[in-house]
Amino acid sequence: MFDNSGWESERMTDSPFVEVEGLHYSRGETAIFRGVDMAIPRGRITAIMGPSGTGKTTLLKLIGGQLVPDAGRVRIAGEDVHALSRKALFKLRRRMGMLFQSGALFSDLDVYENVAFPLRVHTDLPESMIRDLVLLKLQAVGLRGARELTPAELSGGMARRVALARAIALDPELVLYDEPFVGQDPISMGVLVQLIRRLNEALGLTAVVVSHDIKETLSIADYVYVIADGRVMARGAPDELDVDRDPRVRQFVHGEADGPVPFHYPARDFHADLLGAGGPR
Amino acid sequence: MIERIVRLGRWGCETLESLGDAGIFLVQSMFGVPSAEGFRLWLRQVHFVGVMSLAIVLVSGLFIGMVLALQGYTILVDFGAEDALGQMVALSLLRELAPVVAALLFAGRAGSALTAEIGLMKATEQLTSMEMIGVDPLRRVVAPRLWAGFVALPLLTIGFGVVGVWGGQLVGVQWLGVFEGSYWGNMQASVDFIADVGNGLLKSLVFALVVTWIAVYQGYALVPTSEGISRATTRTVVYASLAVLGLDFVLTAVMFGGLS
Repeated sequence: MFDNSGWESERMTDSPFVEVEGLHYSRGETAIFRGVDMAIPRGRITAIMGPSGTGKTTLLKLIGGQLVPDAGRVRIAGEDVHALSRKALFKLRRRMGMLFQSGALFSDLDVYENVAFPLRVHTDLPESMIRDLVLLKLQAVGLRGARELTPAELSGGMARRVALARAIALDPELVLYDEPFVGQDPISMGVLVQLIRRLNEALGLTAVVVSHDIKETLSIADYVYVIADGRVMARGAPDELDVDRDPRVRQFVHGEADGPVPFHYPARDFHADLLGAGGPR
Repeated sequence: MIERIVRLGRWGCETLESLGDAGIFLVQSMFGVPSAEGFRLWLRQVHFVGVMSLAIVLVSGLFIGMVLALQGYTILVDFGAEDALGQMVALSLLRELAPVVAALLFAGRAGSALTAEIGLMKATEQLTSMEMIGVDPLRRVVAPRLWAGFVALPLLTIGFGVVGVWGGQLVGVQWLGVFEGSYWGNMQASVDFIADVGNGLLKSLVFALVVTWIAVYQGYALVPTSEGISRATTRTVVYASLAVLGLDFVLTAVMFGGLS
């Protein structure tokens, strides 16, 4: 699909593009993060994994500057995201793309206009060039033929691919993927896995994939962080995680139903509960 | 007792905080560098909130003018003062009914739609994705709607007043037989352009700002669930209606109550 390996090797270095230092974040009384540190290398695919409810999407929102941490900082390309003015933050975001779990396509625009949107608002390119770029991006995700459809006419997998084309419309340096594989049939999932890998190889962009789909994510990630209990529980290359001895990591990576992360949500004693010790409910 | 005071204090703090948020939201949305694209978006919203509200506003204006003439005539005729019907209809409409009723209708027709539209955009992460593309939704989504409401409602109010005066003439002159010359002549002699038409329009501008501000803020700040959208839409109509009626009293006191 793409062939620009020279450029790729030039951009792909191990210097961190995104740095997260001592990140603390609470929602109400609940602490979501209690000191998270990460270094996301430039030009690589970094996966952030962990059980549901550990705040993976929240972490992406903190990286994108949509949420403000209680303490700690996030730096992208050396810029402290949360110290930037609103204007400077929006300028920085032009260098990023984000793929949302729902696709988040603009419902009043068709597929073509959704992909053209970032180009129209951030560039002064002539219409003919915008058309070429939109068709190139749609071709890359295999949906050039669907350009006239509206978001309501797309399947979930197609919507996510269109959203991916829109996310890479401006050739960003960083793409954040929020649960890209959730709710996809095996074919769509395979297509997305392949797309993320190919985009990374061809464009040399830095990718952060938040997911709990272990097999798919480990197959494309260069480096993995596992978060749980508000901290980074494990980090390393995919094959290192596979042999990690930490019982929590093992439970997660091997998909065991019960273990250090309990199957049951915390509750009072089951026997006493059945006998009505806790009141009417 | 102490608990009640604590609750009251918390409620006061939260209300102040959300008022502050809404104020910052208004300033950030309304003031920015105009652009051709912004003008195009604004025009589309003027069509949505203005042109699409035209039918309900004009029909309401017609009926209110007709009812005013009918009610006014039955009272005035007892004093032999039916010639003052035009004056009564025009002053009631221009000073009060046109700005207030048009604003209430606008809150119900366009305000609730604005809240639901922005709320749904928030619930489906369209606003967040816009932010991540590097486009400020306050400028792209909220500002055109705010400015459209600010322009559309005064124009709708003018339409309401004109149709209302015409409706009054239909009933008073065509049906009840008031002399046409005195209907228009008394109106012309008693209505002052600045004091009556101008103040009515000034009221309308204030209502336009408040109703549209409440509608877009409720949409932008809602809890992104189906229940949240439903609550916010209701809040828009309730808050906007109360704000219009309350502000109308204050403005009337200042403009016509001898307080100025």
